[in-house]
Amino acid sequence: MTHPPQTLTQKILARAAGRDTVRPGEIVTVSVDLAMMHDSGGPRRVKPMLERLGAQVWDPEKVVVVSDHFVPAVDVDSAQILDLTRKWARETQVRRFFDMKGICHVVLPENGLIQPGMMAVGGDSHSCTGGAWGAVMVGVGATDMLGVLVTGEIWLRVPSTVRFTCQGSLPPGVSAKDIMLHLCATVDPVSMNYRVAEYAGPAVEAMEMSERMTLCNMSAELGAKTGIIAPDATTHDWLAQVGAGVGDLEVLGDPEAEIEREVVIDTPALAPQVAAPHSPANTHAVTDSLGTRVTQAYIGACTGAKLNDLHMAAKVLKGRRVADDVRLLLAPASTKITAEAARDGTLEILTEAGAILLPSGCGACAGMGAGILADGEVCIASTSRNFQGRMGSSKAEVWLASPYTVAAAAVTGAIADPREMLA
Amino acid sequence: MKIDGTTHAFGDRIDTDLLSPGAYMKGPIEEMAKHCLEAIDPEFPARSQLGDIVTAGFEFGTGSSREQAASCLLLNGIGCVLARSFARIFYRNALNLGLPVLVCPTAHEIPAGTRLVVDPLAGTATEAGGRVHSCEPIPERLMQMVAAGGLIPFLEQTRTQ
Ligand code: SF4
Repeated sequence: MTHPPQTLTQKILARAAGRDTVRPGEIVTVSVDLAMMHDSGGPRRVKPMLERLGAQVWDPEKVVVVSDHFVPAVDVDSAQILDLTRKWARETQVRRFFDMKGICHVVLPENGLIQPGMMAVGGDSHSCTGGAWGAVMVGVGATDMLGVLVTGEIWLRVPSTVRFTCQGSLPPGVSAKDIMLHLCATVDPVSMNYRVAEYAGPAVEAMEMSERMTLCNMSAELGAKTGIIAPDATTHDWLAQVGAGVGDLEVLGDPEAEIEREVVIDTPALAPQVAAPHSPANTHAVTDSLGTRVTQAYIGACTGAKLNDLHMAAKVLKGRRVADDVRLLLAPASTKITAEAARDGTLEILTEAGAILLPSGCGACAGMGAGILADGEVCIASTSRNFQGRMGSSKAEVWLASPYTVAAAAVTGAIADPREMLA
Repeated sequence: MKIDGTTHAFGDRIDTDLLSPGAYMKGPIEEMAKHCLEAIDPEFPARSQLGDIVTAGFEFGTGSSREQAASCLLLNGIGCVLARSFARIFYRNALNLGLPVLVCPTAHEIPAGTRLVVDPLAGTATEAGGRVHSCEPIPERLMQMVAAGGLIPFLEQTRTQ
């Protein structure tokens, strides 16, 4: 029997549902290949629920726990949460527990834990980052996670696919972050609700994994259920480098599979973008906001502090200094990235320029760690969200931009066009 | 199960940081709930009464996967949210915690302070003045879980039966 052509996402969900095919709009129950939790939404929330139900974790080998939100502890409350997380991982025999190694969405792929074709869930809205490896990974809340932990399954509505085709190649000083900010401003999030954002086209094929991660990561801000990119040689190279291999779940979508719509992006025409407070949807070209004063520049988060992001910042900051009245805070997304950046000279460039090195974790991105803002302060950040009050005071402003543009603002003390600093 | 309460009206993109500010993430949820929506409506936590209804525009609950966003509304007595659209994680979280949330295309036309009766199974919201707004109904099976107080109490109930 021949089946109707299926998208990449349909194929993964069909396999996980034990079916040949699935249709968009259908509700299916899928078995979960990987369940990721962090210290904020994870053990501290699911432990009491498991106890209340007298239930056990279905398969500790498929569970990953990452402490990244409250690291390192800054007060007794955060220390207690981290302690609880550690003890729970030990008691439940979750072997894959990463304590202060970095932000979950980066630590998982660094350890080869996300493999093409997987059906994964994560207790965090940016779990869609895993889609960069050609997996379906969706964010869930703690009670949904409890259901997964007890049964190993979850119900989902099969999403239709909206394909974002990025034509041509990225111009100098423009990055995946700029593509996503541009899409946040131009795509109606309601039109993405329950859809999967699939990224394709020559500009995506040319991207290294860390840039593809940024695309999938900010699918959350687009309003999509998740993001996904077809696995290819770049995906395989990453997996080989981390010693993981491709696994046996990999699938590709059928080229003739029906999708809901295609959005074509004229990548070479893109300028660096900035999102004004308090929403990623308030994005426009950097040239419209030149001269807006900033008090803090933040290079951090799963979105904007991977090795490649640090390289972008270093290109701008090489031989330059952070302006006197600005602080540039740098929180590499993982300890592995910190080590790599130390080895390849990037950290030297950044710290010589005046960057202040912070621990690897969510930190100021979630308003929990170092780098919180006071009333009236203005921060430009390589993070993904600039909601009111997210980085501290609800009377502070957060602008979002690429690492290039954040670095350029740090140098001039005001929003600036990074292209002028990239000789 | 019907919800009969007074409305509090909000706009588009009410995000999870407005509903459950990150600064209170480490402490008890009751403390966080006192700051629910205060960034845009400082009186909301004090003003809201048991059974009240929140109305809003597009993308209610956008942002984080934190369930506290729904819990904070529940702790402020909110019995139901009507919005033109919801962010999907928030939508699931709310139902999982026993908070009925309904997609209502005309939610933004309901003035603040309106006495409203919502019937989640029928998918209607009726203003005291008589105007009826149609909503996407919550399927009966899902409503059983919501009426039980969410997934956990529902599982407890069904396990002991
Ligand atoms: S870095 Fe920010 S966006 Fe990423 S997981 Fe942490 S809090 Fe969420």
